[in-house]
Amino acid sequence: MSSVREEGKDQIIFVTKEDHATPSSAELVEEDPNDPYEERGLILPSGEINWNCPCLGGMASGPCGTDFKDAFSCFHYSKEEVKGSECLEQFRAMQECMQRYPELYPQEDDKVSETDKTSQDSASAETSGANSTSPTVQDSNTTQPNTEGSVES
Amino acid sequence: MLKCRNVWKKLAPLARASSTVCRQNVRRVGLPNGRIPRVPVAHMSTGPTGGGGENHLYVLLVGAACLGGGIYAYQTIKGDQQRYQDRINEISSRSQKAATEEPTTPIQSEPPAVPEPETQAAPSPEEPSPPVPDVELAAAPSETAELPPGVDSTPASLKVPSHTPYLLIGGGTASFAAARSIRARDPGAKVLIVTDEPDLPYMRPPLSKELWFSDDPSVTETLRFKQWNGKERSIYFQPASFYINPEELDSAENGGVAVLTGKKVVQMDVRGNKVKLDDETEISYDKCLIATGGVPRNLQVIERAGEEVTQKTTLFRKIEDFKSLDKVTRNIKSVTIIGGGFLGSELACALGRRSHESDLEVIQMYPEKGNMGKVLPEYLSNWTTEKVKREGVKVITEALVKSVTCKDDKLEIQLKDGRLVKTDHIVAAVGLEPNVDLAKSAGLEVDSDFGGYRVNAELQARSNIWVAGDAACFYDIRLGRRRVEHHDHAVVSGRLAGENMTGANKPYWHQSMFWSDLGPDVGYEAIGIVDSSLPTVGVFAKATAKDTPKAATEQSGTGIRSESETEDTATSPVASSTPAPAMEQHKDDYGKGVIFYLRDKVVVGIILWNVFNRMPIARKIIKDGEEHADLNEVAKLFNIHED
Repeated sequence: MSSVREEGKDQIIFVTKEDHATPSSAELVEEDPNDPYEERGLILPSGEINWNCPCLGGMASGPCGTDFKDAFSCFHYSKEEVKGSECLEQFRAMQECMQRYPELYPQEDDKVSETDKTSQDSASAETSGANSTSPTVQDSNTTQPNTEGSVES
Repeated sequence: MLKCRNVWKKLAPLARASSTVCRQNVRRVGLPNGRIPRVPVAHMSTGPTGGGGENHLYVLLVGAACLGGGIYAYQTIKGDQQRYQDRINEISSRSQKAATEEPTTPIQSEPPAVPEPETQAAPSPEEPSPPVPDVELAAAPSETAELPPGVDSTPASLKVPSHTPYLLIGGGTASFAAARSIRARDPGAKVLIVTDEPDLPYMRPPLSKELWFSDDPSVTETLRFKQWNGKERSIYFQPASFYINPEELDSAENGGVAVLTGKKVVQMDVRGNKVKLDDETEISYDKCLIATGGVPRNLQVIERAGEEVTQKTTLFRKIEDFKSLDKVTRNIKSVTIIGGGFLGSELACALGRRSHESDLEVIQMYPEKGNMGKVLPEYLSNWTTEKVKREGVKVITEALVKSVTCKDDKLEIQLKDGRLVKTDHIVAAVGLEPNVDLAKSAGLEVDSDFGGYRVNAELQARSNIWVAGDAACFYDIRLGRRRVEHHDHAVVSGRLAGENMTGANKPYWHQSMFWSDLGPDVGYEAIGIVDSSLPTVGVFAKATAKDTPKAATEQSGTGIRSESETEDTATSPVASSTPAPAMEQHKDDYGKGVIFYLRDKVVVGIILWNVFNRMPIARKIIKDGEEHADLNEVAKLFNIHED
């Protein structure tokens, strides 16, 4: 059983696991999917790409930002059977640009910490925009593959 | 001068010659009678005496000689003068040519080099103008060589663009976040960051935590730290290659972010949309962000105590403070930290850890009853204080400093209750004074309650001016007007300001969080208004070995804790299937739990105590702003017994 204690204005409750076994009766307000104030993920409700998504890290804002945006936009709106097949030129340009800044875009082949949701630039800590240079981008629902490599090689 | 000397040199032989001639002639003339050979010359018209005719002759000769000499001398001088003049003309024309060539050379030499803050910061010494006329002129060729890559007054305006579409004042976390946001939303945007620090934008939290735990002896140089998950990174947000040089900003085809270090904005002209730097340069802008952060506060008793004391006092905020404190603490026997808040406690724990290896005595003193006394409810603050003591810190609570003096190279801190503390060095962590230096010249409002520039919910101060980070006193739609001094807030507000500078018009809505670690065993994440003067409700379970900050980050595979919380998605509460036997009540063991801070029965702040990856739920509860009858039910949403 839980114990309750008061220390002045502060209340202290100790609970066991079984105390919290029953589902909560607390009511939460329903989320509005179109709330204009909310922070969005990679794809906005309108279908556009949210370039400011923390998940992209510094990709859209670094020296190769323009090339990256061109390439990724092309891919995102591609209606080809093999998605992005007409975007090779843009990806090539992007890769060329990235090779000029090896410090920012380390050419890692092993993609050590490539996770679905990149933890690179979250809502909080700002980290480097180190990324893999793989031209193939995964489905737009998941985030851009990123590697959290060290900033300086 | 040389001219005269040369002239004299040339004249001297002549003079001598003419003088000897004269003398000789005179002698000759003077030698009368018959000894002198007859010169077959034309008959003189007059001849007073016998030698008179000869006299005249010689007078004539002498006269002619002198005249000839004089003419020769005159011509020589004239010629010399002419030659001199020509030479001077040539030199000046040469120096002009060099001056026009010179500006191009620095531009050529700089792009390959990493932007060096020192060269930009150096005030331009006056160009050695018209070189001293050196008739020898051997030095002339070397003079032109000296001119480039000089710091000339003319190229100074080439280094700094006179106009930038986006101007960010301050080079910290908020500024960098805004720069990134602007670049993401405005294709090809040109962003200029102006900072009075010599460093590129960096993150502050590791300066009082991770950097102190590093095993690398060169950590003060590399500023790299190992995160709990083993990954190493630099405190700089981006390496230098991410940025472009300020002088290239105008011409950059795809724009970029340029950082102008070592320059301070001293004046702001809001009507004219321009600012003035401390070196008199003016930069005009379209949109401006003020992210000037703040300056550490100091105790008045220390400020008045004299130089001997202030020299042994550190106000901790920047990289240079970290470097100097690291150095100092290696060579002293005792350090005292004044202040019991986030920074003070973190530094105390970090130095306390160090005291295990060396014989450094670490003392922490503050007016409150326990560490984080203004943040945590009393019972938790007491518990935390015990933990801090276990990290090797001598904690002196309810300590009010009356005076500080320096005796025999040691500091003596006299407390108001009579206690005396002797130490070698003081670290004052007593708060931050927001930097509002530009308020007067810009005509911006300063908040009297919280300090900082007063801005609206969209972080806007005036038409084209936004403020973010520590210096912004903003209107939070949910929680009311406030000013927040945390890292995540700087990121969130910086990003929001950047969005609004590019036309988004969004209010501050995504609630920022903060975190603190007091050693590897105690860590918490918090969100909203966490003020110990508010009534609180704490719901606790017993902590297992799995519930430590270290374990949490290891598990989620992330670095700084604040990253992990966005990694997580809100999980629905899972009913536990196996009922556990009734647990013993560990009354004073607050292992892990959730603490709610209430204002008028509404939850305005939440602390997740040794419970991680649940920030989205906490954020949701605050966003809702609902009155909850039973907070134990709300606590269930956090699933504190699970990992």
